[in-house]
Amino acid sequence: MSEATQYETVVGLEVHVELHTNSKIFCGCSTAFGAPANTHTCPVCLGHPGVLPVLNKQAVEYAMKAAMALNCEIADISKFDRKNYFYPDSPKAYQISQFDQPIGENGWIDIEVNGETKRIGITRLHLEEDAGKLTHVDGGYASLVDFNRVGTPLVEIVSEPDIRTPEEAKAYLEKLKAIMLYCEVSDVKMEEGSLRCDANISLRPYGQEKFGTRAELKNMNSFRGVQRGLEYEQIRQAEILNDGGVVIQETRRWDDTQGKTFSMRGKEESHDYRYFPDPDLVRLNISQEWKDRVRASIPELPDARKARYTSDYGLPSYDAEVITSSKKLADFFEESLNYTKDAKAVSNWIMGDLLGYLNANSLELSEVKITGQGLGEMIGLLEKGTISSKIAKTVFKSMLESGKLPQQIVEEQGLVQISDEGALVAVVDQIIQANPQSVEDFKAGKDKAIGFLVGQIMKETKGKANPALVNKLLLERLKA
Amino acid sequence: MSITIKDVEHVANLARLELSNEEKEQFTGQLNAILKYAEKLDGLDTDNVEPTSHVLPITNVMREDITRESLPIEKVLLNAPDEEDGQIKVPAVLE
Repeated sequence: MSEATQYETVVGLEVHVELHTNSKIFCGCSTAFGAPANTHTCPVCLGHPGVLPVLNKQAVEYAMKAAMALNCEIADISKFDRKNYFYPDSPKAYQISQFDQPIGENGWIDIEVNGETKRIGITRLHLEEDAGKLTHVDGGYASLVDFNRVGTPLVEIVSEPDIRTPEEAKAYLEKLKAIMLYCEVSDVKMEEGSLRCDANISLRPYGQEKFGTRAELKNMNSFRGVQRGLEYEQIRQAEILNDGGVVIQETRRWDDTQGKTFSMRGKEESHDYRYFPDPDLVRLNISQEWKDRVRASIPELPDARKARYTSDYGLPSYDAEVITSSKKLADFFEESLNYTKDAKAVSNWIMGDLLGYLNANSLELSEVKITGQGLGEMIGLLEKGTISSKIAKTVFKSMLESGKLPQQIVEEQGLVQISDEGALVAVVDQIIQANPQSVEDFKAGKDKAIGFLVGQIMKETKGKANPALVNKLLLERLKA
Repeated sequence: MSITIKDVEHVANLARLELSNEEKEQFTGQLNAILKYAEKLDGLDTDNVEPTSHVLPITNVMREDITRESLPIEKVLLNAPDEEDGQIKVPAVLE
């Protein structure tokens, strides 16, 4: 890394996010993922002659919503343009995109890295159609084309070159993902390709205003991949500059297995897409009334929720950040609070037992059955002393797997805490009789011996004894 | 600004057209004639005129987000030069 430290890294990201409409952007074919190849296609998305695209209103509104959530100015007049290129993933030999009048411009989002907040500018957000999927076969001599994805609505979000480190790039992507999920415009599954990222990266000596020559990185299929690709490229470019060389402006492909970037030949000549307005699609007038209606549908976003969690509930900033990074988790947190007032307890169970379980088993929250109501009510049972904290762990695990409410689990499994003196006295006496050595140790001043006796009583009652009561009863007898 | 043979070669390459030398000469002349004709517009004052992106005086033509039946796969593949497992098979193009 020492190679890179004398240069400042400048990164700008281009992120494509698939909008989760039911149908494609210009035709009625389904956008569902995973269908047999080419079964979600029609003359429009296959680019047959004489067909006419008709714009999906929902796609426009999702794009407006996303642009608003990224603090963009929304255009009054927007239009669609043809981006011309020949490649087998595009049956029309052009992509319908937006050139000079995108839906949104001049936005920003705040990211947090190492406890510091930084604002990253968003140059623009525009609407376009996705391309098909190619699989290379026959040792690279042929390609198989699946056009199901052609025409899936996308927004392309272009950042300003405000990002300075690979960590900032990752934080930017995570924030972007959270915002898209909160707005419910995309399911943002990188493994299904519904969020894709290209990066422009260049180096310049500290203090220099002019940007260095950039490389464009492609094929980074995970947030971690983006970070690693940028880290690799920082070192590669620094080595070239240190040797007195010149960085070539080119597109480079990240190879995740090898952990390296490779030049993609043939793309060195500058792009010449010959954009022009698509004559098949008429202009889009976005009225103030339309904007207001879409803006009203934007829910509270992660930053606002985080601020509320720290100020209203006194959560630590880190916990609030983790919980609000996913809308589902934040909603779960808030649902719990309908059943208990103890927000910190809810947060602790989420940060510890819930996320611990999800991470250990590589699961999503939606894949376990526990509900916010369940957690909230369980904390209520703890407060009332109905269950001990040890039993709570058992109940929690049972809720993850069954989704049953804690009261039912406690009743079915007989987990109610024994807080009745009469019921415990017999067990306490029995354990004292069975462990004369420990009793002697305690009387000889070894206070720790009581811990062993408590443990034996808990074991005997299968963890159901009220610990405070056990302590009280033991001390009464031992000190008598 | 006039069109040169180099411009014609560039555009032909982008359009994947193979032109003979004779055709290149011919198109250079034709394209220049078209541009010359369009130059007449330079005589107009268009300072306060919005660029025309579409000639029809209508806006906001949209459809609701409702799915429709797609083409049966047999029909989709009718135009495919070759196919494999429902996919269209084409020669590889190196990017």
